[in-house]
Amino acid sequence: MNQIHSATQEQSWATSEEEPIVRIENVTKTFGSTYAVDDISLNIHRGEFFSLLGASGCGKTTLLRMLGGFETPTSGRIYIDGQDVTHVPPYLRPINMMFQSYALFPHMTVAQNIAYGLKQERMPDVVIRERVAEMLALVQIEKLATRKPHQLSGGQRQRVALARALAKHPKILLLDEPLGALDKKLRERTQFELVNIQERLGITFITVTHDQEEAMTMSSRIALINEGRIEQVDSPRRIYEFPATRYAANFIGTVNLFNGYVVSHENDMVLIHSDEAGADILVHHSQLLTPDMEVTVAIRPEKITVRDHFIDEPNSLNGIIKEIAYLGDVSIYHVELVTGKRVLFTQPNVLALAEQPLTWEQEVSLTWSAYSCGVLTQ
Amino acid sequence: MLKRYPLLIALLVLGYAFLYLPIISLVVYSFNESRLVTVWGGFSTKWYVELFQNGPLLRAAGLSIKIAAINATIAVVLGTLSALALVRFRRSRGHASLGVMSAAPLVMPEVIVGLSLLLLFVAMEDLLGWPKGRGQITILIAHITFSMAYVTVIVQSRLSHMDKSIEEAALDLGARPIKVFFTITLPMILPALGAGWLLAFTLSMDDLVIASFVSGPGSTTLPMVVYSSVRLGVNPQINALATIIIAVVALAVLIAAISMYRQELKNQRKA
Repeated sequence: MNQIHSATQEQSWATSEEEPIVRIENVTKTFGSTYAVDDISLNIHRGEFFSLLGASGCGKTTLLRMLGGFETPTSGRIYIDGQDVTHVPPYLRPINMMFQSYALFPHMTVAQNIAYGLKQERMPDVVIRERVAEMLALVQIEKLATRKPHQLSGGQRQRVALARALAKHPKILLLDEPLGALDKKLRERTQFELVNIQERLGITFITVTHDQEEAMTMSSRIALINEGRIEQVDSPRRIYEFPATRYAANFIGTVNLFNGYVVSHENDMVLIHSDEAGADILVHHSQLLTPDMEVTVAIRPEKITVRDHFIDEPNSLNGIIKEIAYLGDVSIYHVELVTGKRVLFTQPNVLALAEQPLTWEQEVSLTWSAYSCGVLTQ
Repeated sequence: MLKRYPLLIALLVLGYAFLYLPIISLVVYSFNESRLVTVWGGFSTKWYVELFQNGPLLRAAGLSIKIAAINATIAVVLGTLSALALVRFRRSRGHASLGVMSAAPLVMPEVIVGLSLLLLFVAMEDLLGWPKGRGQITILIAHITFSMAYVTVIVQSRLSHMDKSIEEAALDLGARPIKVFFTITLPMILPALGAGWLLAFTLSMDDLVIASFVSGPGSTTLPMVVYSSVRLGVNPQINALATIIIAVVALAVLIAAISMYRQELKNQRKA
């Protein structure tokens, strides 16, 4: 997974002493008898690029709309910059939103679209003109100022929507699937631009996305949401390497899961027996686990190293290669263990060979470090 | 391709002839010298001259246009408001039945509408003393009640195809709801309001049945004059009048078609 943010960005937001710019306290939203958002509490800090990640219908958009003021929580409170905004209408919030459909005003030019928010503040015309020019330059669409939205391409519309939402210099920018309507190449390029703009302006960005790669690439922190509840809030790296729940492990990236039970736990090393794996697995884990506790071991496919013969060692599983997916840069191998369980591992294609050294029906042994896998209890 | 199907062409010509021959003959006979509508006596514009000297007919036309214009304007305002209510408060209980009820005048037989309105006006005069007698006001009220239903349907369909987040974006940028309506919603539904206004205008111009029920002495609309004069024998003046109306309608249709064609071009470029 690639990540744009520099190393200094990866500070621990969780331990920040500063008053968070957004404080969500026990917010619940129900539509009829369904819980769209179910008792979510969350702090978002100044200058963060925060992502709400989840499958469609998980409640992430409802949460974003409550921040924007378009929905009112059924219960709970929302604070922005220390001020309770739970019942403040959208036009009085120091927040702007970029809509998924871009929601450009079709009867106005690009410049008029960007100026709309500034006009509501009754700013002098000179200031408005300056600010519009500044915004057009920021998103590099100076030449399109007099066009109408229907004369623009999808990528250009996205830029206008961004410029319009940033024109009022909001404290927070909400982005609802900001790149959802763009094609893959444009999306990748725009990801970098969004992060650059965010770092340049220092505005807190809160985005909603269902695309885990997009969230990984852009965010300082991700909140993974499932059925209206938060599964995990963490940096992209930690959420990938140390998922907190089975759902989190499965949702972000690919993972091999082995159900089992704790045999012993000494010196931060847990010995787990898994019938699915047909072996004992040794995992580094600092939180105390009691023997006989039911747990799941999670191993990412790229953490597995492979040897081309059966061996008998701790943390190694013997199996036969059943399927190979050649993706160019890497190949994905499906291995059937003796127990019948399928395990995935990936190998970078380091050498340019017509034939890969590993082939179908080959006996292999899979192994990994005790420090490269995780234990999930939920 | 058509060349290979002579039967198809014949059917096409026949179909259009069925639609347009009566109108064409009406227009042609409006320039007839003869007083007899069915006998051609040479070209003349004298019926047009007579038409413009026919006081009662011109007064009726003036009244009809006045009622139609006021009706269309009020119907557009009320129809837009009701369309907004129907589209925006989807979640409220009884929404479906409200929608059906507001569209009922579209399918109600005119005779029933006219009769029920007449009974209402009579009852109101007895109880409230208003409206005094029947005349322009009662015709106007009657026309608004059914024109409004048409406007509601037109505006409603435009509103429900509108992306709701456009208005939310305006709210988000700091505009209060009333301002959002006038700066965003209204400009976006303006074509529908124009179409609704024209439809309401023509509906009112066209109405004979309801107006006959609720009009009083001194307030005779154009369709009423035409209808009663035709009963006494067809007068070539009516042909002349009809020709003028057809010309105006054709012009309006042409303008509407051109503007729609332009809109279509715009949408195509958008896609």
